[in-house]
Amino acid sequence: MTPGEAAEDVITRVLADYTSGEHRAVVVDSPPGAGKSTLVVRAARLIAAKGEPLMVVAQTNEQVNDLVDRLATADPGLAIGRLSATSFVPPPGLTRHPGVRITTRLADLADARIVVSTADKWAYEADQSWPWAIVDEAYQMRSDKLLRIAAQFERALFVGDPGQLDPFSTIDGERWAGLSWDPMQSAVAVLLRLNPDIVPHRLPVSWRLPASAAPLVSEAFYPFTGFRSGTTEGERRLELSAAGFPGPLDATLQEAAATGWALHELPSRHTIRTDAEAVQACAHLATRLLQRGPVAHDEKGSHAVTADRIAIGCAHRDQAAAIRAALGVPGVTVDNANKLQGREYDITIVLHPLSGRRDATEFHLEAGRLCVLTSRHRHACIVVARAGIPELLDHHPSTGGVQLNVPVKFPDGWEANQAVLAHLAKHRVVA
Amino acid sequence: MSRLDTLRGPVPPHDHNARTIAALAANPGCNRRAVMDAAGIDKEKTARHLGHPATVGQSVFAIIRANAFEEQVKANGCAQLLKLLREKLDLSLPEVSYDDVNNVGDDRGLRHSRTRTLLRQAAEDRGGGTLFDHPVLKLNIAGKSVYLEPALIAFQLKGRFHVVEIKSFAVIDGQADPGQVAAAARQSAVYVHALRELFAERNLDPALVSHDVILVCPENFANTPTATLVDVRQQLTVLKRQLSRLTRIDTILDELPMGLTFDLMHDQDGTPTRSRDELLKAISEVDARYAPECLASCEMAFFCRDEARACGSTDALGRTVRDQLGGLESVATVLGLAHGTLLAAPDQAEIASQLRLVRQFRLEATA
Amino acid sequence: MSIMTAYAQAEAVRAGRAQPIASVRHAHLSTRPLVFIPLKMAGEAAAPLGAMVGTHRDDPHLLVVPQPRDRSLRFAFVTELAEVMVPYIESFQRASETVGTREPYERFLDAPQILVPNRGGIGFTRLLGRSSRFRSADGPYPVHPSVPVLGRWLTFLAERTEFAGASTLLAMTELLALHWATGQSGTEDGALAALLAWIAPPEGMTALEAAARAENPLLTPPAGPATDPGFDAGVLQPGIEAYDSTGSPAQVRGAIKSQLEPTWQLMWEAVDVLRGLPEGASVADRWARDRDDFSRYTAHLATGGAPQPRLDSAVAAAMRLERLEDAQARYDAQRAFDDPLVLAEYRLTGTTFAGRVIAADPTRIVTGRRRVLRPLITVQTSDPVRLAPGQVLRSPARPGQKAEITELAAGRIVLELSGGMGNSLTPRPGSVPEIGEWLTYTDLEVPSPRKRPPFPSRENTPWTHGGPPPEYIPTDEDAQEAWS
Repeated sequence: MTPGEAAEDVITRVLADYTSGEHRAVVVDSPPGAGKSTLVVRAARLIAAKGEPLMVVAQTNEQVNDLVDRLATADPGLAIGRLSATSFVPPPGLTRHPGVRITTRLADLADARIVVSTADKWAYEADQSWPWAIVDEAYQMRSDKLLRIAAQFERALFVGDPGQLDPFSTIDGERWAGLSWDPMQSAVAVLLRLNPDIVPHRLPVSWRLPASAAPLVSEAFYPFTGFRSGTTEGERRLELSAAGFPGPLDATLQEAAATGWALHELPSRHTIRTDAEAVQACAHLATRLLQRGPVAHDEKGSHAVTADRIAIGCAHRDQAAAIRAALGVPGVTVDNANKLQGREYDITIVLHPLSGRRDATEFHLEAGRLCVLTSRHRHACIVVARAGIPELLDHHPSTGGVQLNVPVKFPDGWEANQAVLAHLAKHRVVA
Repeated sequence: MSRLDTLRGPVPPHDHNARTIAALAANPGCNRRAVMDAAGIDKEKTARHLGHPATVGQSVFAIIRANAFEEQVKANGCAQLLKLLREKLDLSLPEVSYDDVNNVGDDRGLRHSRTRTLLRQAAEDRGGGTLFDHPVLKLNIAGKSVYLEPALIAFQLKGRFHVVEIKSFAVIDGQADPGQVAAAARQSAVYVHALRELFAERNLDPALVSHDVILVCPENFANTPTATLVDVRQQLTVLKRQLSRLTRIDTILDELPMGLTFDLMHDQDGTPTRSRDELLKAISEVDARYAPECLASCEMAFFCRDEARACGSTDALGRTVRDQLGGLESVATVLGLAHGTLLAAPDQAEIASQLRLVRQFRLEATA
Repeated sequence: MSIMTAYAQAEAVRAGRAQPIASVRHAHLSTRPLVFIPLKMAGEAAAPLGAMVGTHRDDPHLLVVPQPRDRSLRFAFVTELAEVMVPYIESFQRASETVGTREPYERFLDAPQILVPNRGGIGFTRLLGRSSRFRSADGPYPVHPSVPVLGRWLTFLAERTEFAGASTLLAMTELLALHWATGQSGTEDGALAALLAWIAPPEGMTALEAAARAENPLLTPPAGPATDPGFDAGVLQPGIEAYDSTGSPAQVRGAIKSQLEPTWQLMWEAVDVLRGLPEGASVADRWARDRDDFSRYTAHLATGGAPQPRLDSAVAAAMRLERLEDAQARYDAQRAFDDPLVLAEYRLTGTTFAGRVIAADPTRIVTGRRRVLRPLITVQTSDPVRLAPGQVLRSPARPGQKAEITELAAGRIVLELSGGMGNSLTPRPGSVPEIGEWLTYTDLEVPSPRKRPPFPSRENTPWTHGGPPPEYIPTDEDAQEAWS
């Protein structure tokens, strides 16, 4: 089967399962860029076509806006409601669609076929019940949020990426460790543990990740399920139209353009989190990249890679702030991994979470964090790091605790980091 | 005589066991510990001779309790255990035979061959369920054979061999102390690994050995045992990596002065006669990587802590502290940079300005 | 762990003395706390060995279990403990006040406060509560009626510790470490004697000497609940054997007393040290929440309420999580507002800054739908600010006032003020910062109580979360749960 056929095969089964109404929950695991949004839009339109009401749940306002925009673009005639909080300022992407109604009250949306909102907002609408629901980015949703809204729908399609960052809490929930309904888990984790008859579907093809990235990301972060790239070696090409100078910056960019990966390696040193040299390197790489006039050639044609198609990712907010301050060019996205979840760019520059550290913490080793950072790109990913991370990983003591009846999480961050580093070593440019 | 033998001196090496093998991952960055463990040096005695005896030790009551509990679970051909396996883990063991490997005597070599024979028979003839008591496994650690003694091996639980680990810490309302569970998991992973190696050697499928070990503990506040499956895949990965890294000992040894020895020079009564200063000098030739976590896991810890404190190392304050301080090695540097009495080297510029801010903010806040 | 604390540790190393990391006390300290130092038998989950407990430093009650494996002796211990603790707890159930405007309720004026040496003491309290609360005064294994009552209170206290800022049960080492950084690591700080050695070393001793002394189990017995293995083998075991053969508990009693007394003294020393700190401004607010919860649980018990279940159901867990997160957010913000040393940590991250007012337009009026007072001030700062225009800030000096960043460049930050200036179009005197004033602004905000969407009732637990759980009714089985 071609990638397209393989993906269509799964999607057909997902849609059949969901629309048959025989399952209370259909779960779809979607690796990075596997067409999750497209699936959601198709499923939503099928339900709308049945003439039955549908509630759509996403986790953030940006995700809701994005979904509404996609739905309205795909089917301009569809009556869509966007339920929002009072302080919400609708972006142009929403107001341009005549079929979209934006309101704070569900009562105003009696005519809407599809109503989209965040899980937080839906929690206030307990009185109404819906025959159909779609929960998007369900792995980012914490279990307690699902608990609040689950009574509102009869059946639901849960879609999300299991490889990304787990939901977050400011407290330590040790008292619930091991319980299948531990509220600190993701909504899907609880759903699957308490309803073991649900077998998740898996989207098999990443349309985002190029052939150079899919095998690594798949092996390192999705070891048991796996996926492949929708494009083949050579189908995507990155061209730097302006000539470069000798030096590590251009060498790094050339390596990335030629192979899809580059490790821009700074001298080994222990540093504070906002390591100025590393911050500068991220900023300079982005600036230089734009100066080189990058052009992306892919299955859809060719386009100039502009600043809005470039992102710089890091682990901490203060690092993002420092990089933003160092960046001389406007338009490039700079954010931490949590904020970059679900987004897509042509080229990403990543400040490695372990760069400059002497010891790793669980936070810095978390597989989901590295997975988000190394799976946002369509063409190339450049990792900036200080030398010495392999030694740090080798010296990392394995002394963490184990809680009974807590499913072991795969992949393990330590292992995933090893796999990614081993691969990056082949694309190393010493700065 | 190998370099490791020279290091240890003319005493028999301390044998590895599952606990010490599991401990390879406790602080893999520490060369001192790596070398001493590889040479089979008695760290406890060494630390005592250096004037920093370890406090790592178990209470008699804990030992009595652990033995009594294991004995109870295994009594009458493992009657309690079998009941548990049937009820708690939903495993059907219609006919169970019980083989006590100890039947062949105390000799570990003999018991090991007996274990091998029994396991092979069981693997080839997948008929009945079997419990093997007092099995002895063997593992090759850096060229040396190490005997390992798991509590039990159970076969034919859904067609696979399972290691059974019996521990006397309590499982209360489904939860147990995470540190103790982790220690049990690391130790069990050593057995699983050894068992798989044994299978591979004999051209049997290593996958016949499950990565789920059966942890048997007392439930709540009673002596009634309960069983929980513990997935040790992550511990296995770490273990394999540590075993593969053991060869790095050679590179550490290569850098040490020729003839270096940690020999305590025991007299006829086994009393160390080596001059303390001389031993101290020898030990200091091998770098330690002290962290406060060592206090709970390494006999040398108090010595290394003293050493770290004596040179004003930030390591003595903890791993996270050192990273917070941008990796600065010494307290004097931290304070010198903060107070501006020390000129920051180019690679210290950032942490220096950060520290000056910290000091300024602290002063303003306490003014 | 922040760089502020890490630096304070380095200072402590040089000074040979703990350094403050807080300038006010962030926990309530009762005028009549109950100090409780439990010891447990090694190798057992929660088999009590003995305890020292009491509200006066000169009058400790010593409780001893001469044969910890004897089930009836263990219950005798719990009964004896209940005789001290339950009356103490109930002594706070006398005077109350009526609070709440919409739904008035009664709240006790004070609440119990139990101090244990360390985190292990809290764990032991929890397990002792767990093993006692389901017991029954009748049936096959009857216990004294006070045992299940104590079990419920111990459980209440242990569960309350999960709420940030709660003060009904506190671990002394954690309380001290919240206020001082020492020249040793967190591992060593976990031992009360070693921690106090840095904060208040005995006369004529350096902190390091005192800490070394504190680590020697022969000179300083551990603060429990685990005992020293050397003591177990050399002193306790012979004592228990003597009890078994002669029936006299004297030897064990003496042994346990020797292990508890030094810690008892340290606990009261620590109380004195903490009393030396002024109380943080928000401590009373958090203590009121402790009193709320204490009043609620008292009412629950008075109406014959069931013991706390073994596990939270899905709904109960989610509700508790929400309360725990609220408490954490409130505590973090309140602590920073109360204490410039805590706030200083946020200055480093650039989300808080301090500076001097260099310009002010205190009577500025903005005309939108109506005319409103919106003074502008400009603050000059040399802090590494990482904030953006549009961000709303607050100052601990005027917590009721919002300040929105309108401009931000080169260390000059223009803030538009709203609120906290009175109702007229001229600001109340002193409500707008004046030129020359030194101020701190932060993006932290003490969360105000807000109405939350409801969780389903327990009976309506949705299928996604396993459906309604079976009703929990304490059974005879619970009460009979073997205990030896």
